[in-house]
Amino acid sequence: MSPSVDNAVTPEEVELIRQKALFVREETVRLISIAKVGHYASAFSCAEIFAALYYNILNLKRGEPNWPDRDRFLMGKGHAAVGYFPLLADWGFFPKELLDGYTRVGNPLGDHPDMKNVPGADFSSGSLGHNLSVGLGMALAGRVLGKDYNTYVLLGDGEQQEGQVWEAAISAAHQKASRLIAIVDRNGYSLDGAVDEVMGIEPLPEKWRSFGWETHEVDGHDIPALLGLLKKVANDTEREAPVCIIAHTIKGKGIGFMEKEIGWHLGWLADEDEKAVMAELRANA
Amino acid sequence: MSKTKADLQPESWSYTDTLDKAPSFAIISQTLADLADEGHPIVVGTADLKYSNGLFRFEERHPDRFFQFGISEQNMISAAAGMASTGLKPHVATFASFMALLACEQIRTDIAYTMMPVRLIGTHTGIAFGFYGTSHHATEDLAIMRSLADMNVVAPADGPQFAAALRAVVDLEEPIYFRIGRGRDPEVYGADATFELGKAIVHEAGTDITLIATGSMVYPTLEAAKALRAEGLSVGVIDMHTIKPLDAEAILKAAGNSKLIMTVEEHNVLGGLGGAVAEVLSENGTPVPLHRHGIKDTYVIVGPPTHLYKHYGLDADGIAVEAKTFISKFAK
Repeated sequence: MSPSVDNAVTPEEVELIRQKALFVREETVRLISIAKVGHYASAFSCAEIFAALYYNILNLKRGEPNWPDRDRFLMGKGHAAVGYFPLLADWGFFPKELLDGYTRVGNPLGDHPDMKNVPGADFSSGSLGHNLSVGLGMALAGRVLGKDYNTYVLLGDGEQQEGQVWEAAISAAHQKASRLIAIVDRNGYSLDGAVDEVMGIEPLPEKWRSFGWETHEVDGHDIPALLGLLKKVANDTEREAPVCIIAHTIKGKGIGFMEKEIGWHLGWLADEDEKAVMAELRANA
Repeated sequence: MSKTKADLQPESWSYTDTLDKAPSFAIISQTLADLADEGHPIVVGTADLKYSNGLFRFEERHPDRFFQFGISEQNMISAAAGMASTGLKPHVATFASFMALLACEQIRTDIAYTMMPVRLIGTHTGIAFGFYGTSHHATEDLAIMRSLADMNVVAPADGPQFAAALRAVVDLEEPIYFRIGRGRDPEVYGADATFELGKAIVHEAGTDITLIATGSMVYPTLEAAKALRAEGLSVGVIDMHTIKPLDAEAILKAAGNSKLIMTVEEHNVLGGLGGAVAEVLSENGTPVPLHRHGIKDTYVIVGPPTHLYKHYGLDADGIAVEAKTFISKFAK
């Protein structure tokens, strides 16, 4: 690592990410109230990850979603897209008014990211397991094109059960795709229940390490720790291996009953509950 | 074991020295490497098959643009999509059975839907794999690829036509599926081959029957037509190298001046060339009877390819017999 790079995390940076993570959660509730069903809990678990990437780590240009030198961010767990669409609008990649018609007929914003219709979505997703390979392709292309960008891929922990993830893992280590960074949102749950009961994936850090990836673990809601690690990884220009960050998170983080009840992977809040939820999000932020 | 014989072995359809043979594969690699030299943003990927498909020759000339994905076809397809999103033109190859079936969903979701300009090269198509069995046969790939919206589907008849096609579409910002056999194709066109996407090549018009062939079946169909003409029949032949977008105009023109139409494909008769031609004829109210020749909705037995082509009537003799049976059925 270059000693001149400052990976320190300031209180101002932490406060900005705290506010933006709250923004992600509030917007998630608002947008799902339009769709009348959505992935609250899946977006809540990665709210701090979204905020840290989009308001500190990613090298982006406001209003220029196709800037060729930008860092790439792929939503492997595409079902949490409701939480990141507001960030893309906040970056000026598309008009904020589009959010108000989330999932309505003809609106580009659906449950999963669609690169053809959503400026700022670096690739489409929805079928789990694909995006780490797509990110690998982007990382390899950066090498061919002589570009200096990082490619980040957010994976679900249930997604670790997909075989293609491990094809990409072998391939990226072999290709020394050091600019590829996987972040696993280890929130512990998929549709049928606890990931470790549905089909256990542990020991996960050992798996990634044994596949040749530089592997880190972090509390995905501890903003100073998360941001410090992301900075360290983003600025390390000397490593040869791709990086996997396993972010330990809580599914439904921010809302007490969602953290306790597994049914909130996909759900819809009744109107009368929505106000209480918004208040709780603000109190917990 | 002797490695001295360099000729095609009729019993196995293998070359004892694969690297110097399979002429279609040599010309594909050479063309891609030339295009890269000329400044086109070509990258190439393969899944542990660079000797089988000859792409090692591209690697020799452009090692920085060649990516070995090992035996992970789905990963290769999705990675090609990621590369294409940055402006590169990835050409990725594997056996057609694994390309079209194993990686079908990756192709649909990551390449066709997203309109990534990836060239998918499915090799060893149809029954060319002979005694390797059903896992390695590809008699469904045309039907599968044709059903993907925004996918172009091309089956060149020989290496020179394949090379012309790669050049003709080099700037096309759309996905293309290319189908080729084992690279042993007898030459139909030679060095001055031309290619226009979606424009069939009419070899000859005929009034008794028009044979519409694609890919590996063009050569034996031309041979069959010669034999039929020697018996006094008026036989047309069309090389339908592009299955999608299909040249409906050429089909309807043939239907206008031929009593019968027969399609010839090394593929299931369902959903491929025969299916596509049937759609055009019926939707245009054409009264001309159609016979679809190919693999008749079955899995193929094992055997040396040369024998299998005979067994399924997909050599020149078999195609001629099939055509005559069809003609006699409708002779009044």
